[in-house]
Amino acid sequence: MALSALLVREFDELVKNYPERRAALILALHRCQETDGWISPETMENLGTYFALEPVEVYGVASFYPMFRLRPVGKHVVSICHNISCDLRGAQDVIAQVCKLTGAPLHGTSKDGKWTVETVECAGACANAPMFDLDGVYHEDLDADKVAKILGGVK
Amino acid sequence: MKAFETYLLDRAKKDGAHRLDEYKKLGGYKALEKVLKTGLTPGAVIDEMKKSNLRGRGGAGFPTGMKWSFMPDPAKDPRPRYLAINADESEPGTCKDRVLMERDPHGLVEGSLIAAYAIRAQAVYIYVRGEYRKSHDRVRDAVLEARAAKLVGKNILGSDFSCEVFMHKGAGAYICGEETGLMESLEGKRGHPRPKPPFPAMSGLWGKPTTVNNVETVFNAPFIIERGGAWLAGIGTKGSSGNFLCGISGHVNKPGVYELPFGVTAQEIVEEKAGGIWKGRGLKAWFPGGSSCALLTGKDIDVVLDHDSLKARGSSLGTAAMIMIDDQTSMARVMEIIARFYDHESCGQCSQCREGTQWLSQIFHRIAAGKGQPDDVDTLDALAKGMAPGKTICALSDAAAIPTLSAIKLFREELMTCVREKRDPLAVKQPEYAVVGAH
Repeated sequence: MALSALLVREFDELVKNYPERRAALILALHRCQETDGWISPETMENLGTYFALEPVEVYGVASFYPMFRLRPVGKHVVSICHNISCDLRGAQDVIAQVCKLTGAPLHGTSKDGKWTVETVECAGACANAPMFDLDGVYHEDLDADKVAKILGGVK
Repeated sequence: MKAFETYLLDRAKKDGAHRLDEYKKLGGYKALEKVLKTGLTPGAVIDEMKKSNLRGRGGAGFPTGMKWSFMPDPAKDPRPRYLAINADESEPGTCKDRVLMERDPHGLVEGSLIAAYAIRAQAVYIYVRGEYRKSHDRVRDAVLEARAAKLVGKNILGSDFSCEVFMHKGAGAYICGEETGLMESLEGKRGHPRPKPPFPAMSGLWGKPTTVNNVETVFNAPFIIERGGAWLAGIGTKGSSGNFLCGISGHVNKPGVYELPFGVTAQEIVEEKAGGIWKGRGLKAWFPGGSSCALLTGKDIDVVLDHDSLKARGSSLGTAAMIMIDDQTSMARVMEIIARFYDHESCGQCSQCREGTQWLSQIFHRIAAGKGQPDDVDTLDALAKGMAPGKTICALSDAAAIPTLSAIKLFREELMTCVREKRDPLAVKQPEYAVVGAH
């Protein structure tokens, strides 16, 4: 399936912000991931066509950046910071609790396809550690009650 | 702590200051108006910045006015030129620029425009780390509001100064906070740092003259223009002017982002702002400015926070992100995490860094797991010395080597005990969970 007309229109506007079209590639990858949940080989081919790049060059960029997911993920993604400031305040307990509550192994997806759980490096929430990002929204100053409440509220 | 004047977070503490009308009510865009309506030349703006002695707040502490003056004279070099704002805040422990972007985004926009005017840039690219969605959206909305009010775009405030401001996003790579890695990333490529020279002022974004500034750095510019360079130079210590944002995290009672003048001691910050070390424990070690700085021990808590004083103690101010570690914490564990981080973030161009960070990570991991070899600590020492200083394209290799060398210097005996006893006596039993694959 080709890029949707909506995305193409959006990219046509984005590339105007730069002297070279290619500069919009990372923003385009973000938009595709927001739409599809991940960056499929087909998306990389489509973006290659749009930006006049070989698909492998798009892959080279997509695979460099940890935020881009090159495999499908669950309906909801929990990204838990496990860097130093969060570790000092219980990030490992958060990881264990999230895995338990969601039934997903770390870096994996729950059997029902509802949850993917991953760790990330410092997310810049150090003064409100520990934290996770749930579907693009930061949740900070976590403790067991708060984690249970947040995950319990997800449909 | 002596009483001091605040300015960086004053607006951020008020609700609604992220909106243009409220920002203007609080005196916003007065400095830009002063620049454009009183005929201040770009050279005069740079002179004011030089007078202020402002040093960059992104970690390197380079004098801002001097950096701006490196941009070539447009009469001799008519190429397009750019300002890139480094909002890729990713240094572990650092969470200060986020506060400014989320709560006071127009301050960043106004500061960026003044910087762009001074270096005569036609366009500003604000590179926000991908995870900071709220920061990105707040700054984007501020730019939209500013554009509608003729504060961004063609003939700003009726002057002959035109400048566009564009939003850009990173995607989770720490290395893109390095200025040349950031430029590669902005061009839509892998964030591989470039060898210097050429320096960005001569050949930056798309090979054109470019200045890269941190968020908090340009955020200072409107205050300097309004109140004068001498005003800022009068705050702080010799060599470190003004107030700075200090993010304090880890084992303290009240972690947070606090505004402080250079010259306060770390002890004053810990006790009077952060509520002391938690659980009534003692302070074992701390990073004064993010994880790329040399560790200090509890004895160094009396140090004055500024560039020169921290250098004299063998560390550095970095991003002024203090990470506090209590006396029950295993340093093998701390270093295992730090080393893992640099291994994860190395871009892989330089062998010293690509291989070195991997080795450091593996060795700290096995020491922390009680599987260290008798010569592991010496191997760490030799590896780190082979990685830095100045052996690679950028400073990521140094950033991994510096904390490693400090940990060996300060905690060799603790690391050796883990090796000898084949266990880490300070290890905390960690909860278990299933893991699939490698990350």
